[in-house]
Amino acid sequence: MKHLAIAALAASLALPALAQETKVIGVSIPAATHGWAGGMNFHAQEAVNRLEDVYPELDFVLATASDPSKQVNDIEDMLATRNIDALVVLPFESEPLTGPVKAVADSGAWVTVVDRGLAQEGIEDLYVAGDNPGFGRVSGEYMASAMPDGGKIVALRGIPTTIDNERVAGFEAAIEGSGIEVVDMEHGNWNRDDSFTVMQDFLSKHPQLDAVWASDDDMAIGVLAAIEAAGRDDIKFVLGGAGMKEMIARTRDGDPMIPANVTYPPAMIATAIEMTAVGLTSTAPVSGTFTIGSVLITPDNAADYYYPDSPF
Amino acid sequence: MTAIETKAPRGFRPDLKVLGPILALVVLVAVGAWLNANFLSAGNITNVLSRSAFIGIIAVGMTFVITAGGLDLSVGSMAAFIAGLMIMVMNGLLPTLGPGVPLVLVGMATALVVGILAGALNGFLITTMRIEAFIVTLGTMGIYRSLVTWLADGGTLSLDFGMRSVIRPIYYDGILGISFPIIVFALVAIAGEVVMRRAAFGRHAAAVGCNDQVARYSSVNVNRVRMLTYVFLGLLVGIATIMYVPRLGSASSSTGVLWELEAIAAVIIGGTMLKGGFGRVWGTVIGVLILSLIDNILNLTDGVSPYLNGAIQGVIIILAVILQRERKAEG
Repeated sequence: MKHLAIAALAASLALPALAQETKVIGVSIPAATHGWAGGMNFHAQEAVNRLEDVYPELDFVLATASDPSKQVNDIEDMLATRNIDALVVLPFESEPLTGPVKAVADSGAWVTVVDRGLAQEGIEDLYVAGDNPGFGRVSGEYMASAMPDGGKIVALRGIPTTIDNERVAGFEAAIEGSGIEVVDMEHGNWNRDDSFTVMQDFLSKHPQLDAVWASDDDMAIGVLAAIEAAGRDDIKFVLGGAGMKEMIARTRDGDPMIPANVTYPPAMIATAIEMTAVGLTSTAPVSGTFTIGSVLITPDNAADYYYPDSPF
Repeated sequence: MTAIETKAPRGFRPDLKVLGPILALVVLVAVGAWLNANFLSAGNITNVLSRSAFIGIIAVGMTFVITAGGLDLSVGSMAAFIAGLMIMVMNGLLPTLGPGVPLVLVGMATALVVGILAGALNGFLITTMRIEAFIVTLGTMGIYRSLVTWLADGGTLSLDFGMRSVIRPIYYDGILGISFPIIVFALVAIAGEVVMRRAAFGRHAAAVGCNDQVARYSSVNVNRVRMLTYVFLGLLVGIATIMYVPRLGSASSSTGVLWELEAIAAVIIGGTMLKGGFGRVWGTVIGVLILSLIDNILNLTDGVSPYLNGAIQGVIIILAVILQRERKAEG
């Protein structure tokens, strides 16, 4: 028994030595608990599968966490048992993840942070993120151009977070002076049911509205259902966001209620994993900040942003 | 429980435990009407009552479970899982049955059968396997939530578009201007109240929740009563889901999040005792209305920050329990 244990220990010690050429990339992301996160999980899995074929010398560990403390555990396990050379992390929340990710960086591993920044600067080697102020700005600019004579709109916000605040600030700055009046704003929590409820109440409260900034496609679906049920025809269009494939399809097919969309691609996790792989296997410099711009999708370019296999 | 019911009235003293929830509701309605002219419009009332129906139908079942000394934390996840399965079954059979009434009936049957089975599973683990209700339903809560995420591949399960127009009337249409969810909620509530007050099952549930040893010696089949409360709750979750799916035609892992807590809160606000032994279905209905009116009023006004919605609901829940305790301290 004792010999066996020693043999096993020796084997486990020898393993990293044998596979010295193999480098391990850990990927830690939040679980698929809503549409956007589902898409992000899909793109992460797809990127890992593809890169394992492209780079035989790379190994990937993918972990999904349903809350920040589980994510901390995942990262600690990766460091302790898989001896990772690089970590790609989309932090559930900035504050609680800062310490554990710093520990990974201190161990000498490469760190790529995606989307949500850490609470302390200078920990990550690479930062890949969507452009939240830009998301709001592009949405606001579209609204202003689609409503040249101004008008009354209501806005639905996401879960109360800094991401949401940045988006709304960008939006408000972009519509300033355009004659567009935001008569009401409420949190729909990036959720269909909540947005349906909020929109029903908005429709009771305001007898005349010209458009809705739903700011997210899940919320846009709830908003559309509420408008349809109320039989209101004063609202000319609803602007969602983030590029859910069903909504992209409606824009592509010329649905007048969904004339446009603004990207905030869940595939940014794939960008981050790819760049990390490149950084680990080549001499190309990849450190720094990579901001993925928010793009306006119209019927003209919708086909380019339609991913039929993604769940989002 | 009879001690509470038959306490001799000493002159005219308003019973806060009975009047509290009603007063709160009246105050809320008055505040709402004062703040916004549209509050009492037919459209707004229909909206609020229709969307209360999901939690309401579930909360009626929860009243029985809690009265019998149990608890069910899994109902929100269960509703999401049932909605997901219902959509998958309907999408799967669409090519064979075509978009029409038979397929809607199959979808409804799926929801009811899965609901009953899920309730029976909770009941079996609690009564036969003798595991704490809290633990069992905490476990099944996680199981159903994961299953729906898995079935949806992390995204959203959407009902086929052609089918949506066929099933839509279940939520949005009604009889004489009263929508079906409101009608179903009313029927379930009336049936629940009658069973709780007049049927042997209601008395048995209260007896089991009050003291299961005494109930057992009084030849009440304790396990059977407990089991039935969970099966009924499962059935009602199925009925609520039948109302829910036509609304947005989709189910995802964010469907029904925290419904269990809303249902439990409604039951407690309505005067049912969390430790069991005494239940009041009409109180539960008022509790449900109070909770959804708070949301509605906050959306209709600009006075209070929406960040505080949860805080206001929390205050009301705690106040309701304080009112209950006051009564007990007197006696």
